[in-house]
Amino acid sequence: MIIQALSFYLFASVAIAAAVMVISARNPVHSVLFLILAFFNAAGLFVLIGAEFIAMILVVVYVGAVAVLFLFVVMMLDISFAELRQGFLQYLPIGGLVGIVLLAELLMFGGSWVIAPATEGLRSFPAPPIDQVTNTHAIGKILYTDYIYLFQGAGMVLLVAMIGAIVLTLRARPGVRKQKISDQINRRPEDAIEIKKVQSGSGI
Amino acid sequence: MLSMNQLMPALPEIVLACSCMALLMLGVFRGDSSTRSVSWIAVLALVVVGVVLTSVQSGRMVAFGGQFIVDDFAHFMKWLIIIGSSLAIIMSINFNEQESIARFEYPVLILFATLGMFMMVSANDLISLYVGLELQSLSLYVVAAFRRDSLKSSEAGLKYFVLGALSSGMLLYGCSLIYGYAGTTSFEGLATLFKGLGGTGPSVGLVVGLVFLIAGLAFKVSAVPFHMWTPDVYEGAPTPVTAFFAVAPKIAAIALFIRVLTGPFGVLISEWQQVIVLISIASMVLGALAAIWQDNIKRLLAYSSIGHVGYALIGLAAGTEAGIRGILVYMAIYLAMNIGTFCCVLAMRRTGRMVEGISDLAGLSRNQPMLALALAILMFSMAGIPPLAGFFGKLYIFLAAIESGLYTLAIIGVLASVIGAYYYLRIIKIMYFDEPAEAFDRSISGEIKIILVGTTLFVTFFIIRPDIIVGGAGTAARMLLAG
Repeated sequence: MIIQALSFYLFASVAIAAAVMVISARNPVHSVLFLILAFFNAAGLFVLIGAEFIAMILVVVYVGAVAVLFLFVVMMLDISFAELRQGFLQYLPIGGLVGIVLLAELLMFGGSWVIAPATEGLRSFPAPPIDQVTNTHAIGKILYTDYIYLFQGAGMVLLVAMIGAIVLTLRARPGVRKQKISDQINRRPEDAIEIKKVQSGSGI
Repeated sequence: MLSMNQLMPALPEIVLACSCMALLMLGVFRGDSSTRSVSWIAVLALVVVGVVLTSVQSGRMVAFGGQFIVDDFAHFMKWLIIIGSSLAIIMSINFNEQESIARFEYPVLILFATLGMFMMVSANDLISLYVGLELQSLSLYVVAAFRRDSLKSSEAGLKYFVLGALSSGMLLYGCSLIYGYAGTTSFEGLATLFKGLGGTGPSVGLVVGLVFLIAGLAFKVSAVPFHMWTPDVYEGAPTPVTAFFAVAPKIAAIALFIRVLTGPFGVLISEWQQVIVLISIASMVLGALAAIWQDNIKRLLAYSSIGHVGYALIGLAAGTEAGIRGILVYMAIYLAMNIGTFCCVLAMRRTGRMVEGISDLAGLSRNQPMLALALAILMFSMAGIPPLAGFFGKLYIFLAAIESGLYTLAIIGVLASVIGAYYYLRIIKIMYFDEPAEAFDRSISGEIKIILVGTTLFVTFFIIRPDIIVGGAGTAARMLLAG
């Protein structure tokens, strides 16, 4: 129990510290590296509450794909982040004010949290007990049955995203030499080589 | 386990999804030279979907554990969407070839957008609402930027994308608040929950969630104050895309608006009615006033569509069966008027290039009298002058508002349509009385002529048999409110 509590505070404090560093680091590459640290600690928190599947997905998807993509973008684009941040202090008061107003509003909702009595019965698809099935099993069980409609719909959205990216960016550039393997294999010696009978002593 | 019977209500969507993917394969393997055939097959697929839609329709059915619903209301709206999408594809075929942007992805993306709209119209859960909306919007962002070498078109696509993402964010925030305070995303669950609240009323969090949801939906129908993207996107996008934007997505979003507010949140009408009244008034007034200073016909039609959405929302503010029926009739007439008008805009072509200025229409009555006549009829109808169809659309809406005691709203609506009539009539004046400008090319294709004649006849002779549309709309509205 004590180990769990200790790990929670460790993960949580490192995650928050890393998140602060993401927005305060001067070098954007460092920001991305701190972001990765934050992701790892969030994954640790998920493991602590028994959501091991989401923890793994977080590492695989966010660290493995998204953060690496960020890193590429940051390194490839020549953006001066120092310039982008210039207005930061100037807008701090008004930004802070909006933030405080939002916080006050959120506290107001939180205070008025009323859950209607009928709600309990409506909670759809409660999670099965954690000691009977694994996370992956439990998610798979409802994802491909109860939520098949949404699953397929999301698939369609991704397909459209792919088509869109191709439509808007793919250009057939003239003058690009591509390897055509079938042409290469079909090439016969007769097409490429000319055999000349050279008489000895006379040259070509 | 899923059995075939459970999938039956969603059969039109399944057919549509399969034909999207089949056409995509066809296009990929045959290349851009197959654009024409892919487009016509896409139209055929939409017709087949329509036939399937009619044959599986029987009353109110839910599928996929209540996430998906079909009823007469969905049926009516889906028919309008099919008509809008197929006409948009037909209108694009020659245009895209002339502008050398003919690519097979265009009809495929329109089909995907149509699928998204079907999912929106049939949504019975906050999550399926969002997935359908996103499928539709994502396809629309891409077709807005379809003429990717033009700065304006790319700007339109990017602007639409950024603002659309913002509005999706607001919508999702609203959904998550609603889910947090209600504990369910299903519309039926929400409806029972709110009925059970009795006199205590919903918690503040729920109301805030509802307002965010309305803001997200208002963006999609381009109602004031979430209309800023509309003129720029309409102007920048290729004309057939603009024609598509003006009709099908708007019909789908209005359908979603009606279903969400009258379904799960029907009991909370006192909470949302004032919001709808406000955005309705703002849309009507801005649509009428801002259009006066426009000199680009596509921008003018953008403001006109903002105004039309304002009128349609009056029916929603009434929240009664008559109001919903009014909206359905209004959207059907709006579809015909807009498609017809955009056919005329497509004909505005001089020495092979599109012209979009209103002053370019000068003297059209002498150069192409039939085109001028058709446009004049459509403009009179948009202005709401009897006995044309546009008048009846407004009539049903205003009557519903008066029945529910929303006198202010009805009066402002009438005043706004009088102001709006000015700029519709100005177009007619320019066509008939101004010094003729250079004539347009006579390059209208046969399909466009047929669509133009069809829509003009519909608008003119709606008065003879209004019961066909009004009857269908009445059944749809009754079923929606009874369910």
